[in-house]
Amino acid sequence: MPNFDLNRAPLRELNRTLHALRPDTNESHWTVTGPDGRHAIAAGLDAPISVEIDGNVGYYCAGMNKHASVVINGNAGVGVAENMMSGFVHVRGDASQAAGATAHGGLLVVDGNAGARCGISMKGIDIVVKGSIGHMSAFMAQAGTLTVLGDAGEALGDSLYEARLFVRGSVRSLGADCIEKEMRDEHREQLHGKLKAAGLAGEIDPSEFKRYGSARRLYHFHVDNAGAY
Amino acid sequence: MCGIVGLFLKNPKLEPQLGTLLSNMLETMTGRGPDSAGFAVYGADGEGVKLTLRGPDQAALSVAVSGLEAGLGARFETVERDTHTVLSVPAGREDAVRAWLQANTRGIDVVSAGRRMEIYKEVGLPAQVAGRFDLAGMTGTHGIGHTRMATESAVTTNGAHPFSTGIDECLVHNGSLSNHNDMRRRLEREGLTFATRNDTEVAAGYLSWRMREGASLKEALESSLRDLDGFFTFVVGTETGFAVVRDPIACKPAVMAETDDYVAFGSEYRALVGLPGIDKARVFEPEPARVYAWERH
Repeated sequence: MPNFDLNRAPLRELNRTLHALRPDTNESHWTVTGPDGRHAIAAGLDAPISVEIDGNVGYYCAGMNKHASVVINGNAGVGVAENMMSGFVHVRGDASQAAGATAHGGLLVVDGNAGARCGISMKGIDIVVKGSIGHMSAFMAQAGTLTVLGDAGEALGDSLYEARLFVRGSVRSLGADCIEKEMRDEHREQLHGKLKAAGLAGEIDPSEFKRYGSARRLYHFHVDNAGAY
Repeated sequence: MCGIVGLFLKNPKLEPQLGTLLSNMLETMTGRGPDSAGFAVYGADGEGVKLTLRGPDQAALSVAVSGLEAGLGARFETVERDTHTVLSVPAGREDAVRAWLQANTRGIDVVSAGRRMEIYKEVGLPAQVAGRFDLAGMTGTHGIGHTRMATESAVTTNGAHPFSTGIDECLVHNGSLSNHNDMRRRLEREGLTFATRNDTEVAAGYLSWRMREGASLKEALESSLRDLDGFFTFVVGTETGFAVVRDPIACKPAVMAETDDYVAFGSEYRALVGLPGIDKARVFEPEPARVYAWERH
């Protein structure tokens, strides 16, 4: 199992080495020590490998991830798993702002809290946060799911398109065009699937969650607003 | 962009290391602010008040100090550090010293006044600035620092942080204020004076004014959330206090670490990595629009 100590070798060498791996590589499990808050650790991976990072990471860790599984044994800075395409990113501590921003696919699990703008402009990723999330989360979210076991901050789902937001705790306020929606069987089933993927099968009851989504009133130009332009 | 750091020691055993720790934190933030750097250190309690003077070079400063001593018929204790000189002035003579310097010198600025606080700032890479003033050799209870990447005004020493507008009070700022002109006019009506047109100096002045009116540091920062408009993460020092606040939108990054020995602030976690026992520290992101304040007893 290859190990990379970032206090001994430069970060670019780590990322270059990981980028060079073929999809059928035998070196499929990597550990990284000494991250010390460095930025863009294990960003841009494109092979079905797993990378485990011991410590706190800086910005954009596992950004643009495809196929890979990245586990962070610590906290993550701004934009963890931003623009992820597929794969799995697991933050065992807290995540800072814009976790999972603009991501198209894959699963992001945060064991602690996530800061403001979690899942901003998400386009298909599934995010599960075991703690709470900050303000303006899922702003302009387009697809995917955001599941929060704790509370959500101000203006949840502002200008939302079609993502599904499941929150178990309180929501400080809803953003423009975001409304609470009926939790039907199909939603409970979907939520159960996401919780299971996050390793929470049987631990959390999907019926404790409320569902929020788009009222779809901002999709089209409304002639009554013509005077505003 | 800009980087800000702060370190508030709870354990006196770390006081001899304050400068070294703060210097490392400041240098780590070079990428966020390579133009200029500055820092405030709360060191030993002096007699009277310490005035930190800044001049073009040490020669000009010693000419000014000799003139001052001759003019006022007094001897002042001084500590020289590159382009700055710390002048110890007995209680009651501060106004006379300031008046003499204003009337008789050019290019000599009073950067700060405090019983314990000294402020140093210059243009240049943070490592060079810290080195010129020997920050690593300084001791104290707490300190704050700033690395600047100028976006809206020139790269000058006057634009560098920290800003001080009151005895032992200073502030560093990451962000930009949008109502600083209006606020400066209001504060000038309250009798405050400003040395620059800088937005951050207005924030420092605002807090000085609130505290002058009886508010605690925490209360002053709470009301700043109502009265100051714009983007900001502030780290503030007073003689015995240390505080952090972020605006409600919280665009500017912030991370804090707390142990039994200290409270530390950094724009990024990287700045905190060298602190003793950081692996066991409680590391957290300060919430938007919430004031975090610590006080020494």
